[in-house]
Amino acid sequence: MTKTSLLRALAAASLLALAAPAAAHDFKVGDLKIDHPWARATPGGAKVGGGFMKITNTGTQPDRLIGGSAEISAIFEVHEMKMEGNVMKMRALEKGLEIKPGQIVELKPGGYHVMFIDLRNPLKEGDTVKGHLVFEKAGKVDVEYKIESRASTGGTGHDAHSGHGTKAP
Amino acid sequence: MNALKLIRLVVWASIAVLTAALGFLLLAPPKDTGTGVAAVGGPFRLAAADGSVVDSGMLMGKPFALFFGFTHCPDVCPTSMLEITNDLVALGDKARDFRVYFVTVDPARDDAKLLKDYTGSFDPRIIGLIPKDEAELAAIAKSYRAIYRKVETPSGYTMDHTASIYLMDAKGAFFGTLDSKETPAIRQSKLRRLIDKR
Ligand SMILES: [Cu+2]
Repeated sequence: MTKTSLLRALAAASLLALAAPAAAHDFKVGDLKIDHPWARATPGGAKVGGGFMKITNTGTQPDRLIGGSAEISAIFEVHEMKMEGNVMKMRALEKGLEIKPGQIVELKPGGYHVMFIDLRNPLKEGDTVKGHLVFEKAGKVDVEYKIESRASTGGTGHDAHSGHGTKAP
Repeated sequence: MNALKLIRLVVWASIAVLTAALGFLLLAPPKDTGTGVAAVGGPFRLAAADGSVVDSGMLMGKPFALFFGFTHCPDVCPTSMLEITNDLVALGDKARDFRVYFVTVDPARDDAKLLKDYTGSFDPRIIGLIPKDEAELAAIAKSYRAIYRKVETPSGYTMDHTASIYLMDAKGAFFGTLDSKETPAIRQSKLRRLIDKR
């Protein structure tokens, strides 16, 4: 291999390395993989927003999501939401959210979420919001949330809204 | 058994029967409206986020939907409002004069300006209603058999609340509910029947 082609190969490899995480939109810390953090655009005046993602524990030890922050809100909490009959209930997970070895825990609308409280600005579709997550064992990791439409159910990063005939005006 | 003992027995038995009957009357659920549907909903008069007052007495002849929620809501409230917005848009002209009342269960934080911004970002036919105190909120929740409860969180509080959308017909009687789990087609057919019902 000549010097030039080696340099070219190195350049290509480093470009790939730079491009890959952005394209896949996932983040790693220790044995944890955090896939596609996202949030919904917020209605006018809303002071809170929910953040969602998929967390995979590829290790042999359980870990816990115990906190974090986001640049758009003063307060960040780990929550659980559920319906009991027709009643919506939301609770802060005081001990964090456990991710067992080999487990994939999905934070999604209607369930576990991170809550951005006291939003400084509304969340706008198409924006990216920086933040970090804190795990009990794996520690701190920087993440970026993609802000999707108010109808999004997440998943691929595309607007995966299902069955809605028309978008909100 | 002598006469006195017999009388005593009869008196005690009567008291027992009367007590049971009274207990039944007090504890029995409210009477049906006669249509086989238990009474849900009732008169209300509440301040609206746009500065007007909404009096259910003025809504005769106008079917409407009513929802209990709050703007610090994770995703149930925005999702419900987005869905009914989409439904109203899909119904076109038929739903031109239809109204959806969003009764805040968190009047301490949801003031008129905030609530107007919030509902306005969905559809102008969604009108925020703000109970002026706990008594007004409790009264309308009770008449709709809705539940709400303040729950502390590390940074403040959140509200548990009934998340059904109530549909009320042109006579002010309960027609049914809309549910997020239903398809848009089902929700829209309910709304169409509600609006057509006289
Ligand atoms: Cu929450």
